[in-house]
Amino acid sequence: MGELAAEALERALAAGAGEAEAYLSEAENREVRVHGGEVESLAAATQRGLGLRAWIGGRVGYGFGTDLSAAGLAAIAARAVEAARVADEDEFAGPPAVGGEPPALAGLSDPSHSTWSPAQVADLALAVERAALDADERIVGVEQAVYADSGERVAIASSAVRGGEYETTSCYAYLTALAGGEGGRETGLGFDLARGPAGLDPVGIGREGAVRATEMIGSRKPPSRSCPVVLAPTVAASFAGLLGRALGADAVQRGRSPLAERLGDEIAAPAFVLHDDGLDPAGFATAPVDAEGTPRRRTALIEGGRLCSYLHDSYTARRGGAASTGNAGRSGYRAPPSVSASNLIVSPGEASAAELLRAADEGVYVNDVAGLHSGVNPVTGVFSVGASGRAIRGGEKAEPLREFTIAGELVAMLGAVRAVGGEARWVPFGGSVSAPPLLIGELSVSGA
Amino acid sequence: MSRPQELLDPTLAAGVLARALAHGGEFAEVFAERRSGQTLAIDESRIESVQGGSEAGAGVRVLSGGTTYFAHVDGLAPADLERAADEAAAALRAERAEPRPLRAEAPPPLPIEQPPDEVPAARKAELLRELDRRARDAGGEITQLMASYAEARREVALANSDGLYSGDDRTRVRIGVQAVARRDGRVETGAETLGGHRGFELFDDDPGAIAAGAAGKALTLLDAGPAPTGSMPVVVGGGFGGVLFHEMTGHGLEADHVQKGASVYAGKLGEAVAQPLLTAYDDGCLPGEWGSDAIDDEGAPTQKTRVIEDGRLIGFLHDRRSAAREGAAQTGNGRRESFRHLPIPRMTNTYIAPGEGAPEEIIGEVERGFYAVSFGGGQVDPATGDFVFGVNEGYLIEGGEVTRPCRGATLVGNCLQALAAIDAVGEDFWMKTGICGKAGQKVPVGTGQGHVRIAALTVGGTAA
Repeated sequence: MGELAAEALERALAAGAGEAEAYLSEAENREVRVHGGEVESLAAATQRGLGLRAWIGGRVGYGFGTDLSAAGLAAIAARAVEAARVADEDEFAGPPAVGGEPPALAGLSDPSHSTWSPAQVADLALAVERAALDADERIVGVEQAVYADSGERVAIASSAVRGGEYETTSCYAYLTALAGGEGGRETGLGFDLARGPAGLDPVGIGREGAVRATEMIGSRKPPSRSCPVVLAPTVAASFAGLLGRALGADAVQRGRSPLAERLGDEIAAPAFVLHDDGLDPAGFATAPVDAEGTPRRRTALIEGGRLCSYLHDSYTARRGGAASTGNAGRSGYRAPPSVSASNLIVSPGEASAAELLRAADEGVYVNDVAGLHSGVNPVTGVFSVGASGRAIRGGEKAEPLREFTIAGELVAMLGAVRAVGGEARWVPFGGSVSAPPLLIGELSVSGA
Repeated sequence: MSRPQELLDPTLAAGVLARALAHGGEFAEVFAERRSGQTLAIDESRIESVQGGSEAGAGVRVLSGGTTYFAHVDGLAPADLERAADEAAAALRAERAEPRPLRAEAPPPLPIEQPPDEVPAARKAELLRELDRRARDAGGEITQLMASYAEARREVALANSDGLYSGDDRTRVRIGVQAVARRDGRVETGAETLGGHRGFELFDDDPGAIAAGAAGKALTLLDAGPAPTGSMPVVVGGGFGGVLFHEMTGHGLEADHVQKGASVYAGKLGEAVAQPLLTAYDDGCLPGEWGSDAIDDEGAPTQKTRVIEDGRLIGFLHDRRSAAREGAAQTGNGRRESFRHLPIPRMTNTYIAPGEGAPEEIIGEVERGFYAVSFGGGQVDPATGDFVFGVNEGYLIEGGEVTRPCRGATLVGNCLQALAAIDAVGEDFWMKTGICGKAGQKVPVGTGQGHVRIAALTVGGTAA
């Protein structure tokens, strides 16, 4: 693979690029969907594609394609160079500076990923479904149970960096359980993720979905008010993901982040500590290098309540007079790299789940949020999102709540963190995030 | 305009189908696709993110019992297609089945006057500069403008074991604009889009108007106060206001949700679900619209489907499989994001048909309420019917008048109640473009309506 990336790089230079970068990815994917004790679909795929960045002075263009023959590489190179000619000059554009030696990382792939047969992973998905149905007689069905895995090999070659090559595997399973409620249906999500199918807990996934669905039976709207709110780890992770976007130096430099010009400022309660860690062995974004070949690393973002660092790729580092934090990410070969968090880690605190509820006393426990893509203004951090969960009365979880919104401002919410739970969980929402539950002193709840 | 034969040779297709059924199955299909596109953006008045790409590949599926076996590959060479067929058939253990002989029945693709891939990239860059200028002309408080241009072409060809051989050639263009306005410490944004199943001719008359519109929204919001909180009458604007119907009702009409009992509309066919003033359609053959195609991704011709007639639910949206399951007719709603995905029931262009009220009257009858002109997007759980919408342009209605702009509002509610609570549908009507996500697949959809009033809905704002 490394040779093919190097050849693509040569093609771009031959087509007229001053400098270039090739990103080659090869992946195998599987997905099983089951419903009603039967396999609904079984899918298998192989994918292979190339993305090329070409620079002509300060102009940069991008081309991609799936045809990796000599003629195909030449066509992709021509496309990238043609694109560069249309772009305007940008004094900070250019390939990444030569980085340090990438760390050696073990455990990024799991052998069970390739040894489990389609029939075995289908059985796993069926076990997830069965576990939900067996967990509670009020579970009337499962909308779907899904298992999916992927194995990916990546090679990066650029004028500056050569030989960045790695392999990862990952898999996940989830289900949406349906509970028969008072005149309606309730849904509950259960999920787990691992490097390979052997690392998943099918019974745990099914039970989680069942609990989340049944606990919503009889739910109603809460009254509108401002009150303490406990965010479940999945919800805290979604908000951490938003924070990761706001911390991207690209948004900051372009003045489109609520955290622009706040470096060094006190922005959060001291209890809220946030890192980006591209090397955490448990994280699913972990890799030796980022999407442009710069070594991944661990970066303190918020510590002691202060904003310590933004997330940088090579472009924003050059523009901001900083060093790249190894946070170039990309969603595959079809798109050029851009700044994004790797694994975001909200440090666990001291409080047990029961202590968080006691500290909240009277408020709302939020189990789920919806509409994050439309209910958050990324420039200002003002948000209003749909939510469901439980009332908190006398320091304990009480009746289920639905059809309400929580609203506030992202940065103000960081300042209002009153306590941090002790048990964190890896969540695939908002990127790859590990988050514990959080107690927010006050948020605006809107219901009846 | 390419022909299906150039993508998928019928003789090769017949051989691939036979291979896919080598170990049994009631149905097999090969779907070949070439997708190409170009995107450009302007930010900080500089043309950037210029990208172009091309991908080709095929997906093969085999249906056996209740199970779908699916494999997809990059590449359209005979060996690629045969590999996909073998992988799809790998888990089957039954007797060979025979596909029927292929017969071609492709309706003509939608007409494209000016293929965007024949327009020089410099012309597209000029279009973006025009958007930048127009937004900045709106005033010094417009401090930033981001705009993007995207063109995409999907050439598809498919053959199945029922003997269907068909294809389509689809070209879409879209521009999007986001303006940022600042005053003192306040920052507000406004966004607009323009797109269609069209060529570059879509931009012949005044595309800059959408930039001026986005800038106007951002400037308006600088004067916005907090959004109200609680349950109240809500008037929803036309065009992208239709995303409300798309989310709260359209998804629940997709037959896969219905058949799993995961739709609040399951078992409600023939029943009144709205007041008699409401009639709604899904129409995949509206000329030039963003959600239109000549055929769906299973080869069924697109059609106009009435889903609600005078308040009664009369139809669901089907793909091949959901239609077969209940002996219903296919409705041309079997769509997939690409050859890498399985088709599932999806909306095309979904809209509430124009009613009788004038927009001013619909607002004028509201003593205290909320006017949601446009949304950033929305989400629904079809099983429970709970939905949520982010409002990106909203106003307070007081004494029948639109008084002040509000920021940061979200609408939440339940489909069944909210649909039944629609008590006015405006005579005005237009369509807007959207990107709809379901089961990890994104497809272009159109949404539309005139002004619509919901008697009571929860508005989630920050005001006390």
